Amino acid sequence: MRTDDLVKLLATGAEPVERHAVGHRYAIAITLGMGASALLMLNLLGLRPDLAVAVRLAMFWVKLGFVAGLAWASLLATLRLSRPGVRLKWVPVALVAPVLVIWAIAGVALAGADPTLRPALIFGATWKSCPWLIAMLSIPVFFAAFWAMHGLAPTRLALAGAAAGLLSGTVGALVYSLHCPELDAPFLGTWYLLGMLIPALTGLALGPRLLRW
Amino acid sequence: MTKKGPSNFDEERLAQLLLGGLDGDALAYHAFLKELSARLRAFFRKRLSRLPDEVEDLVQEALLAIHNQRRTYDASLPLTAWVHAIAKYKLVDLMRRRAAKEGLTDPLDDAAEILAGSDSEATEARRDLDKLLEQLPDRLRLPIVKTKLEGLTVAETARATGMSESAVKVGVHRGLKALAALIRDER
Repeated sequence: MRTDDLVKLLATGAEPVERHAVGHRYAIAITLGMGASALLMLNLLGLRPDLAVAVRLAMFWVKLGFVAGLAWASLLATLRLSRPGVRLKWVPVALVAPVLVIWAIAGVALAGADPTLRPALIFGATWKSCPWLIAMLSIPVFFAAFWAMHGLAPTRLALAGAAAGLLSGTVGALVYSLHCPELDAPFLGTWYLLGMLIPALTGLALGPRLLRW
Repeated sequence: MTKKGPSNFDEERLAQLLLGGLDGDALAYHAFLKELSARLRAFFRKRLSRLPDEVEDLVQEALLAIHNQRRTYDASLPLTAWVHAIAKYKLVDLMRRRAAKEGLTDPLDDAAEILAGSDSEATEARRDLDKLLEQLPDRLRLPIVKTKLEGLTVAETARATGMSESAVKVGVHRGLKALAALIRDER
């Protein structure tokens, strides 16, 4: 086929294109993924029994803010990396900021605590399971986000995979925080972060293979 | 014929043609793709000076990619950056496969150049897209052949094939993506 014929083929009967297709795709993916993740959490883990009490604590909202801030920044990164030629600009700063804030709060908490109590602030009661449960709850969102990105046009595949993976990790952590009893910043800045990085690193490794177009 | 001369005017005019195409204006879209193919040809020919036979195949592959991904174009951003990123992605993809045999040392970080040159002298493509098209299953192939090669409307195609109108539209979309996948796997 000559190139002129291909041009004619592509242009003939070309239908109007939906303008917000990229955003819509991720809206569907995140809604379905988060729904599945919430069902997993409710069936396997359950809500924390004292949730009604916890929502009155400031640290509960600091925790949600930390995870939601990362979720928002990773969504921005994912959206930008899904379109050819769109730069990340200040998004890396937005990704690092929530981590620095939680580490600063953790530093203050550790400095003010009795030395014998410091390990408890870092390890809590659930450090062994926390990262794995976050990674487990991120799995449905991981598949959904990769499905969404696969139909789009990322050109930096490893980075794009990492962003989609981190997005799924943050959504998984958001869902997990409704089950998890831990509220101390040193714990969140360590084990939550680790849990969200597991799907991010998985995405980094799988991106070049799964996202080619 | 190779002419030089990048200008904002050119870019804006091309972007207007593309935006018309995204709204369903087939004439504007045809003009956009036609002009774009000449720009892509100049861009690839310059960078594939050692692989001249690959140029036309890559032009076609990039055109198909640009068409399949046209919904990722953001009108608030420069057309140049979008086209360049896609052309570079396809070029790097090609070079990666050939990396074992030959190295490419020409720099690729020159977004401004993507629309700078124009080359309307097409050589023969070595890959035959018609043959690849024949490999697609009927539910993808028929919608493309009827609406795009024979010029039937979606409704006429639906009547002729017994498919629903939405199945025809989906078939065209998925079929062109499947065609791009066949090209990728063929190399």
